[in-house]
Amino acid sequence: MKLFRTLGSKLTVAVGAIALVTIAIFAVFNSRSDNKNLLAEVERHANQLSEAVKSSTEFDMLLNQRERIHETIKRMGNQPSIQRIRILNKAGQVIYSSDTLEIGKSVDKNAEACTLCHSADKPLEKVEIKDRTRVFRIHPDSARTLGIINPIYNTRTCSSSACHAHPRSQKVLGVLDVTLPLDEVDKAIRQGQRDVAMLAVVAFIALTLILALLVRRWVALPVRRLVEATRHVAGGDLNYVIPEERSDELGMLARSFNNMTQRLSEARLQLVQSDKLASLGRLAAGVAHEINNPLTGVLTYSSFLQKRTKDQPEVQEDLKVIVRETIRCREIVKSLLDFARQSVPKKSQTAINDIIARAASVVENQLSLNRVKLVQALGADVPPVTVDANQLQQVFINLFVNASDAIGPDAGGGTITVTTSRLKLSPIGITQIKQAQCPKRHSLINAEVRIDGKPSIRVRVRAEGNEGFIYRDPMYGLARHQFGIAPEPGMDVQVTCPECSTALNVHGSPCPDCGAVTFQFEVPGKGFVEGCTNRACTWQRWAELEKRGDRDFVEILVRDSGAGIARDELPRIFEPFYSTKGQKGTGLGLAVIWGIIDNHNGSITVESEPGVGTTFIIRIPVEP
Amino acid sequence: MKSARDILVVDDEAVITHAVERVCGAEGLSVDVAASAEAGLSLLARATYRLIISDVMMADIDGYAFLVELRRRRIDAPVILTTGMSTMENAVRALNSGAVDFIPKPFTADELLAAVRRGLNYARLQDVAEAAAQGARPDSIAWVPPPAQYFRLGYASWLATELSGVVKVGVTDLFLRTLDAPQGLTLAAEGDEVVQGSGCATIIGADGLEHGVLSPVTGRIVEVNTPLAAAPTDLERDPYFAGWLYRVLPSELAYNLAHLTACSSDRM
Repeated sequence: MKLFRTLGSKLTVAVGAIALVTIAIFAVFNSRSDNKNLLAEVERHANQLSEAVKSSTEFDMLLNQRERIHETIKRMGNQPSIQRIRILNKAGQVIYSSDTLEIGKSVDKNAEACTLCHSADKPLEKVEIKDRTRVFRIHPDSARTLGIINPIYNTRTCSSSACHAHPRSQKVLGVLDVTLPLDEVDKAIRQGQRDVAMLAVVAFIALTLILALLVRRWVALPVRRLVEATRHVAGGDLNYVIPEERSDELGMLARSFNNMTQRLSEARLQLVQSDKLASLGRLAAGVAHEINNPLTGVLTYSSFLQKRTKDQPEVQEDLKVIVRETIRCREIVKSLLDFARQSVPKKSQTAINDIIARAASVVENQLSLNRVKLVQALGADVPPVTVDANQLQQVFINLFVNASDAIGPDAGGGTITVTTSRLKLSPIGITQIKQAQCPKRHSLINAEVRIDGKPSIRVRVRAEGNEGFIYRDPMYGLARHQFGIAPEPGMDVQVTCPECSTALNVHGSPCPDCGAVTFQFEVPGKGFVEGCTNRACTWQRWAELEKRGDRDFVEILVRDSGAGIARDELPRIFEPFYSTKGQKGTGLGLAVIWGIIDNHNGSITVESEPGVGTTFIIRIPVEP
Repeated sequence: MKSARDILVVDDEAVITHAVERVCGAEGLSVDVAASAEAGLSLLARATYRLIISDVMMADIDGYAFLVELRRRRIDAPVILTTGMSTMENAVRALNSGAVDFIPKPFTADELLAAVRRGLNYARLQDVAEAAAQGARPDSIAWVPPPAQYFRLGYASWLATELSGVVKVGVTDLFLRTLDAPQGLTLAAEGDEVVQGSGCATIIGADGLEHGVLSPVTGRIVEVNTPLAAAPTDLERDPYFAGWLYRVLPSELAYNLAHLTACSSDRM
């Protein structure tokens, strides 16, 4: 049923049902108690009436004035609120009655009015008022009637009066039986029940409506927004933001959701970037190589022709243009190659502060032309890093020049602040395994199956006749492995190199978490990574990395007071040939910077607010 | 008896070999063409060449392996390497592997000619040196090698470390002799950055061609020997001391040195 699909309706229906039951129970109890009280009141009234009849006829009885007694009972019995008054003698014979037709008739001892006292072998003499009353119907379909029996006891005055009708030994002389119609009372009860039921229904409906409204406002709408947001995010729109206007738990959820998507978006940016730049690098290298050959043809022939036609000025001019433009092409291809250079950076231990100071001195003149001040807030405790000083200097020069351009010549000056500091980060979850090999030095890195955009580590697994691959997550600590085969703990499992079938199993060392078979591969120069073959188990160990503990990073912030970068442009700034400078730049700057930092196993991110400025955050591990 | 030819050009791109044929042929040089290293080796079995120009990236074996193969076969003709992957690293590697020169593609006719001239002169000077060593003309000196404590990139440029941490950079006597009496010198400015394996100065040779000098070091130029530009002949007179070109503040000296040859090894 659709009604029960949403959290809001479920909650409303559940609380509504509970309210309904509560109200119903309350109504039933209330009505019963009303019923009882009303009946008790009628009982008391009937008792009083019966006492009144008794006392008003007592004197006539003593005088044996039968006619008067008849008259009194008849008159009283004809009152509209009284159905019948009668007096029976001990033998069950009706002596007096408001219903004259009844006089003289005998009542069976087993009739309902008599059973109370006569049910036992010996009739009771004293009965409580509660037990003396009875409610019954004369016909099954007539209104209810209340009857009350009032025994008339033998007193001294009775046995000693002139008529001597009653011997002394007799205890009970007869009974006074008064019956009252209950139709009015029943009507009142029914009315009361109707009122309570009506109230219950109104209360239930009102409660449910209010509840539905509040649930919708406090639960259903925020949840729907969250669901909407997850759909957007699942659809790839990581810039989707839920309005954060509430301070309750769902508001907190919305905030952390926004936070999460933002982080996700940043992470994705880095991944996409690394992937894209890597393939672009390969492409650029290939293209550069391919283009340089035909370009050599153009350049040599045109320059050769230029040499040989020195005496023909009109041809010279044209050839000059061809040579000049071909050399321009050569420079463009060269910058492409610089970008694509996959060479290992020439690393040596260097103080990052010195590199920054050197870069600053290079751009000093250019910055002062724009009236841009470069503030160096360099931390004193920044450890030396193993980096390619030249490449990093290029990074900082580029960043400073970009920042200066962002401030622009018309702003009347601005400030670039460069800050360095030391930072400690846990290596788990941020360290990428870029190299992995079997004992025979075959690479296990597999670029075809990528986990989160990064090449996975592939091993072959054989378990009880089945064979397949496990693709390990290259990000150590995240364990998002892909299993082409899922061996169970306790199975006999062989893990081998897909290339040479050398065993990778670690014998006699089952997984400490689940007891399944473990295996290991080498990260050249960085020790062994162990893993578990059980799909459900996330255990892994890289003793060398974990022994080192938190890794030291140097963090460099380059902040400018420039124009800032629009939010929708941010994801593209690290792409090659992306430029906002129009004809001025080739657009390779930030892409080259990205490549250099990535080659240093570092990260570069950017934060920007249009009109306020831009900050580039670079983190470089102290140990390479 | 093998026939004597001037130049062998090995490249799998016909446009390159044609261009070399055309440019060098116009200078009266005899040029043979091979489309692969293997074809080149079979040509070398039949003829001797004064100079070999080879591509680095070829289908069968690459230019570096080709160099090794030539030395194994005791073919000592100087080799110029050229490649479309025209990076500084390739330049340094080529010179470090024993190539006399490295021409990044694409090149102009003059750049090619300049390299070819130097290569041919280099071959001639080697012959002179060999003759001198065999005692034919014991009084003649082919060229003066750099002092033993110097380092060199290929045979062309040298580097000398100073106590201050700054290095001096210059060109070798052999290089100057291959371009035959320098007529002009263009130097970079103080404060400029130089990169190992990329050009840092140009010298105009007797033939009027520009000859690029590849920097042996990466760093920033802190001092330029400016008087030298006005009197380039001084360069020839004392190339290792008064004829220095720059003082450079190196940024990665250890790395640079790993790709240079210690001149002390030349004397063994």
